[in-house]
Amino acid sequence: MFYRENGQFKSSYASDQQMLPILQDRVLMLGLLAFAFLVVPFVISDYVFLSLLIPFLILTVAALGLNLLVGYCGQISLGHAAFMAVGAYAAYNLALRVPQLSFLVVLVLAGLIAAAVGVLFGIPSLRIKGLYLGVATLAAQFFIDWVFARVKWFTNYAHSGSVQTAPLEVFGWTVNSPVEKYLFLLCVLIVFTIVANNLVRGHIGRAWMATRDMDVAAEVIGIRPVYAKLTAFAISSFYVGVAGALWGFVHLGSWEPLAFNLTLSLNLLFMVIIGGLGSLLGSYFGAAFIVVLPIVLNQAPAWLGAPISTAMASHLEFMIFGALIVFFLIVEPHGLARLWAIGKEKMRLWPFPH
Amino acid sequence: MKKNAPVIALCAALLIGLLMPLMTGASPPGFYVEVLLGGLMAGVLYSLVALGFALIFKASGVFNFAQGAMVLFAALAVARLAERMPLWAAIVLAIGIMIVLAWFIERLVLRPLVNQDPIALFMATLGVTFFLDGFGQTVWGSDIYSIELGIAKEPVMVLQSIFQGGILVNKEDFMAALVAAALVGSLALFFQKTPTGRALRAVADDHQAAQSIGIPLNRMWVIVWAVAGIVALVAGVIWGSKLGVQFSLSLVALKALPVVILGGFTSVPGAIIGGLIIGVGEKMAEVFLGPPLVKAFDLAGGGIENWFAYVLALLFLLVRPQGLFGEKHIDRV
Repeated sequence: MFYRENGQFKSSYASDQQMLPILQDRVLMLGLLAFAFLVVPFVISDYVFLSLLIPFLILTVAALGLNLLVGYCGQISLGHAAFMAVGAYAAYNLALRVPQLSFLVVLVLAGLIAAAVGVLFGIPSLRIKGLYLGVATLAAQFFIDWVFARVKWFTNYAHSGSVQTAPLEVFGWTVNSPVEKYLFLLCVLIVFTIVANNLVRGHIGRAWMATRDMDVAAEVIGIRPVYAKLTAFAISSFYVGVAGALWGFVHLGSWEPLAFNLTLSLNLLFMVIIGGLGSLLGSYFGAAFIVVLPIVLNQAPAWLGAPISTAMASHLEFMIFGALIVFFLIVEPHGLARLWAIGKEKMRLWPFPH
Repeated sequence: MKKNAPVIALCAALLIGLLMPLMTGASPPGFYVEVLLGGLMAGVLYSLVALGFALIFKASGVFNFAQGAMVLFAALAVARLAERMPLWAAIVLAIGIMIVLAWFIERLVLRPLVNQDPIALFMATLGVTFFLDGFGQTVWGSDIYSIELGIAKEPVMVLQSIFQGGILVNKEDFMAALVAAALVGSLALFFQKTPTGRALRAVADDHQAAQSIGIPLNRMWVIVWAVAGIVALVAGVIWGSKLGVQFSLSLVALKALPVVILGGFTSVPGAIIGGLIIGVGEKMAEVFLGPPLVKAFDLAGGGIENWFAYVLALLFLLVRPQGLFGEKHIDRV
């Protein structure tokens, strides 16, 4: 952070449009990637992979997706866990019924199916907005929950309604140790982040943001609201559907009918709010926060020498979640990503603040 | 007239759906009336929770997701306090707690967020929901508790002369409906006749105008949140005595969301009628639509109740976005 971008002039369109225009940022990013790929797999225990890093990577994909919809397009959704469920069950059925498909193909198809369902439930957004839309997406949540719990075909007539996935194989590479899962998810996340980053700075992203800021004005200047809103729903649901498939296949392995319930939807929303609406980096922060907080809350009393029961811990978790949401909305409505940006700006000028 | 066509079509479809089981003779009339009454009773309770939503939305423009959590919190408070003192004392104390809670919410959540987007306020109430759920269960415990209202729960047979076999009516349900009606009546009186009620209506009409003639906005918010808290308490007590006080109460209370959508956010009569429509609709759907659906698609059980209200609200939103009684919204650039 102790660097200046002085002297780096953009002399071509290509250099003006690259994703990381500053040399130091590029070096930093390369260093970070090298660390994630070359150092982390060798120094971290399996427990940390399974309970921290794998959920974090998957939830980040989901949070990115929700952020595209809520943060960039301004359409609130309380039912995104349902689209995760669609992705997970679509992937399960595809893998089960068409076993010759590669997992990557299954993943993409699951995302596309989730996108189709997302567009279907996004249609009301053309007529209603804001809180009304929130309730409309609740309909998606409860209806889809019900469908997967009741229609036996989706769970392959399993008696308990829970499903189990086959081991993963990508181009002959069997992904089953925690490290392999981590590396696979890392690759997926990087691809999705790059795509999201380029979407939001392209014309689609600008159409979304104009719709978010004032939809009537956006329409007046020639942005088609139907196109903007439905693409936001489609792409967001695609991300979330893929995240759901990964959550089912890579993280859970087997899951119950109500694994993707309203609480998960609200958690996704919290990730996006706490991390920062309209910020891709914020999705990372938010997901990390939501994954780490319960673990810290479970461990902290033991470290402090005052163990509390698990029920108590889960209630405290609820309370702290709630209090933090309100706290963030009051103190920093733009979330952790904004704090990060402020810190960065301060450091850039340090030690001469003017 | 042409614009209203889809609304009329939807209402007609609903009505036909309602009368279908009776006309096709799929159910005996006595049973049909029983289901209808059951739906109305459930609807009264939905109306009560929805009333809390509508009150707060009217007065402070906040879409209060925490209403369900308030119902749970109040019911837990009454159930646990009633273990140590007579029921009436527990209820009075719980009302006090709800008023204090309203004051805290206004102080700590609403006041710092004045002039924020409605979405930000809504998300703040999501935070309040989580906080209240956790807080309530930390303070009061998280088991299933019961509230004894001292009303007989055995159903009684009535109208045996009209319907073959009579109709089973639960006395407690009947009392609940009476209490709810009394509450709605006294709220209407409070809003129409008292100075505070008039001030509240002024705030609901126009915040700035109300403030400029000297109505203290902050105090009005405390009052309206306290009133909503008391409404939540009544709903919680009635529901708690029916189903037992437990966490799922706050999920049931979520059904008030489609109710306010159906009735229109800002309308008190809308909340009541919407609640009745949803209550009757979902009971009817569960009883008469559920079994054929299960048979046709080989489902693993019914449970249409879980989503019917939401999907009905969604359909209504598509044809009439402002709800049955809501004000039409016009955007300006």
